[in-house]
Amino acid sequence: MSQPSDSPVQEQPVYGTDTRRTSPLPAALEVSGVSKAFTHRRKVTPVLNNVSLRVEPQEFVSIVGPSGCGKSTLFHIIGGLETPDAGTVSMNGRLLTGQRGEISYMPQQPALFPWRTILDNVLLAGELKGALGEGAREEARQWLDKVGLAGFERAYPHMLSGGMQQRAAFLRALLAPQELMLLDEPFSALDALTRSAMQRWLLELWEANRRSVLFITHNIEEALLLSSRIYVFSGRPGSILHTVDIPFPRPRREEITDSPEFLKLKRQLSDWMREEQEKGRK
Amino acid sequence: MRSTWKQIWPPFVAVIFFLAVWQLAVSLFRIEAWILPSPSGIAREFTGNASGIWTHTAATLRLTMIGFPIGTGVGLVVALLLHLLPWAKRAFYPLLILSQNVPSIALGPLLVIWFGFGLLPKIVLITLVCFFPVAVAAMGGLAQSDRVMMNYMKMAGASKWQIFTKLELPHSLPALFSGVKISATYAVMGAVVAEWIGADKGIGYYMLLQKSAYRTDRMFVAIVIIVLLSLVLFALIALLEKWLVRWKPRRDV
Repeated sequence: MSQPSDSPVQEQPVYGTDTRRTSPLPAALEVSGVSKAFTHRRKVTPVLNNVSLRVEPQEFVSIVGPSGCGKSTLFHIIGGLETPDAGTVSMNGRLLTGQRGEISYMPQQPALFPWRTILDNVLLAGELKGALGEGAREEARQWLDKVGLAGFERAYPHMLSGGMQQRAAFLRALLAPQELMLLDEPFSALDALTRSAMQRWLLELWEANRRSVLFITHNIEEALLLSSRIYVFSGRPGSILHTVDIPFPRPRREEITDSPEFLKLKRQLSDWMREEQEKGRK
Repeated sequence: MRSTWKQIWPPFVAVIFFLAVWQLAVSLFRIEAWILPSPSGIAREFTGNASGIWTHTAATLRLTMIGFPIGTGVGLVVALLLHLLPWAKRAFYPLLILSQNVPSIALGPLLVIWFGFGLLPKIVLITLVCFFPVAVAAMGGLAQSDRVMMNYMKMAGASKWQIFTKLELPHSLPALFSGVKISATYAVMGAVVAEWIGADKGIGYYMLLQKSAYRTDRMFVAIVIIVLLSLVLFALIALLEKWLVRWKPRRDV
């Protein structure tokens, strides 16, 4: 069967790969030349191979790729949970490789804390940073109204449906004091109907409150609808195969999903993904 | 309400059935009361004069209520220390498990030699039997925090102390309470055994007195009281748990 992981970690020209430095502002996130391999019982498995990407301030960027392409490892590296074997992570021009507490994170499962009320959950990130000002609770309450969770301030997470929990988890990330948001397949556990409703919801919310976002998804349509740029990842070890700038103007409507240009891009990305998936199977 | 009743009636019927068989067997085979008294005989003794059993009950209750919080507290402190100091956990946790092969009750006579016949050796004995279930349950609960929540906390830049107070501690509460409930029943047992070893009052002492008089019925009365004490203590802890862990989804049985 497939044993792509047997190849040794390649020596990569790691630094100085940043050729896109054209914008005057420092990037909200700049990952350059990140490689990572895990060693288990003396067997070295490369997971990420020379990954470089950027998220400009107030930009929505997506990563799509086959499962097991090391996307979550990349998030762990950006979030400071893991240190890369090579490469650097910087935010707003500051070198922050391996530093925690610099990003706002939304995991795949909502991971709301069951002993906290929804309001206290939403305020958690600010609380951890000691950044809860006077009006923070009031502001959070207004936000809960805005995202359709009015009346659930004092409810515990298990009383909410999956979609509502996801919205609360998103709000927790949105209200965090850190500017850059990492969203790790936030809708993958939802059913199709709830999912498309959540996509529309997120699109609208993001366009009204532009934050810098790095978004992981398996869903090509979701990525196309939401992002300004998409990085297509290869199978393991993950590296960037293609970078696609998405031309649709903002504010976007859901109707763009029917436009020929959208469908063309969708087919192109699907083809790339299928190729990768098949490569992995061989 | 209906579902509670559904849960209660099968064991209730089982107990009634058991008592009926017992009663029948005693009268059918004419078993002497000093070997096995009938349930009705025990009930009569219980409601009638059980010669000062209530003062003895009060003494045992007092002993339990002193020993149990101390034992639980020691268990908690041990668990927290071992959790917060990983090297201490590596060094002492295996020893702690091994130490449970020493039957705490067998230490009773030793404790009497060291600490005399007063309150102290009894409290020490109750503490010994109580702290272990609490310590093990609390450590287990503290160590098994949800991975995703843990990653969230770390990425959000939470300090070790924040992770402990905002994630590990609340997460460990249900596990902790199951330990405390076990140690609550152990505490009553520990108190009675402590009174066997050396006391001039208490249920344990009362049982020894009745044993020398072959008053089997009164020994059964003592056993019933011990069971009731354990149950009440258990129920109180369960109530406290329900109040503290009110965020937990109710299980549908």
